Amino acid sequence: MAMLEVKDLCVNYGMIKALKGISFDVNEGEVIALIGANGAGKTTTLHTLTGILHAKSGSIVFEGMELTKTPAHNIVKLGIAHVPEGRRIFQQLTVLDNLKLGAFIRNDKDGIAEDMEKIYKRFPRLAERKSQIAGTLSGGEQQMLAMGRALMSRPKMIVMDEPSMGLSPIMVSEIFNIITSIREDGTTVLLVEQNAKKALSIADRAYVLETGKITLSGMASDLINDEKVRKAYLGE
Amino acid sequence: MGFLDNLINGISLGSIYAVIALGYTLVYGIAKMLNFAHGDVIMVGGYVIFTMMTTLHVNPYLSILISMAACTLLGITIEKIAYKPLRQATSLSVLITAIGVSYFLQNMALLIFGEKPVTFTSVINLPKITLFDGQIIIKSETTAAIIVSVLIVVGLSLFVNKTRSGRAMLAVSEDKDAAQLMGINVNRTISLTFAIGSGLAAVAGALLCSTYPVLSNTTGAMPGIKAFVAAVFGGIGSIPGAMIGGLLIGIIEILGRAYISPQLADAIVFAVLIIVLMVKPTGILGKKVSEKV
Repeated sequence: MAMLEVKDLCVNYGMIKALKGISFDVNEGEVIALIGANGAGKTTTLHTLTGILHAKSGSIVFEGMELTKTPAHNIVKLGIAHVPEGRRIFQQLTVLDNLKLGAFIRNDKDGIAEDMEKIYKRFPRLAERKSQIAGTLSGGEQQMLAMGRALMSRPKMIVMDEPSMGLSPIMVSEIFNIITSIREDGTTVLLVEQNAKKALSIADRAYVLETGKITLSGMASDLINDEKVRKAYLGE
Repeated sequence: MGFLDNLINGISLGSIYAVIALGYTLVYGIAKMLNFAHGDVIMVGGYVIFTMMTTLHVNPYLSILISMAACTLLGITIEKIAYKPLRQATSLSVLITAIGVSYFLQNMALLIFGEKPVTFTSVINLPKITLFDGQIIIKSETTAAIIVSVLIVVGLSLFVNKTRSGRAMLAVSEDKDAAQLMGINVNRTISLTFAIGSGLAAVAGALLCSTYPVLSNTTGAMPGIKAFVAAVFGGIGSIPGAMIGGLLIGIIEILGRAYISPQLADAIVFAVLIIVLMVKPTGILGKKVSEKV
């Protein structure tokens, strides 16, 4: 059985049908990319997954647990961490406080300290800026903080919403390298990206979302060569 | 009365405003709403103490504790019934609801305790402080107000910055959705905020009614509004800001009353607020909120 199974998921914003019955699954250890244009429903999918939005119908099952009725603050306890679109770090708090908040659900002091060290190793810039107010970090550093904060909950699966948005090309490459390394450490990744080329280059499988429906899915290596995908999302 | 006497009275009143303003600022900072019923919770707290002491002859300090418990419960209940259903509503709806709650509490008190103001017996029995051979006398209520307000500011700052629940409050204050993603129960955090704010209102009620011992159903209204001004003045959302704002408003009000005109004292308070907001719209210690898209 897949780690995460989404079935016939429908989500409405008032009268607007944002998701019209999408189904997909994520296996343990995979990197899955969800690509599509603006307004296709990518962020809606992730928000419903982590409980910020509620499904109208359909199901989301994570390791056998139904998530559609689970409140957002309990979902992270099940092992899903969300790196939200626009980073959403706590701007007025320090880098350290942000990371501590990432570990809010945990009580194991030693484990938290250990993970904090790991994160400082992975993101040396965060270590240098530990006591700096998060709002003063650069965009790339804020993205690293958002990722570090999510990792502090020691998730089984991490979902990331447009982690490369608004970053310089060098930083984009760095962020994708980090995603690859997170996966190598055994964390499953569900990645939403507009940068389809980069996303497909690191993903195992991918789903293409168009106006609330999944129109295409398959191995990332196949999709990257698919003519429709190349035309619509890779700008070729 | 000399200048020093007036100053001391100003500090005394200002300390009470500070305690009320802390409740306003805490709730505003975390729930992002102006709880205009806050002043009326003070009045309820006053009546609880009055009933305990005068009718039931309970020890003053125990009366304060009972009043704090009652107000905490009242605050949680108000939040649950009146404000929680409006979490996704516009801030205007919440504001109007808060005004509604305020009138509800005032009229309930009118119904229960009648329209005739009651005389409040001071709950404070500290010795007076006499300075300069009796030239300056600091009343025990003044000493109590100053000590209590300082203790509350320090305690609250420590609580917010050093504890897990406090950190959750800071997170909710900045971004409710992101806080939920951290595993923070936003509803419980807001509820806790109301509990603390209302508990503080009970303390403010004890101080206010001991210093100005007339209690009626509208007792909390004007100090509530002044304390709101104080919170805005100091920078709404800021704990030390509420303290500074409270003290300044109290001092300005008393000095204005003594040296300019008793009738104009309130107008002066609001005029100063307008000037401060023109020069520094976020208040004295207000944080500049950078809006990033």
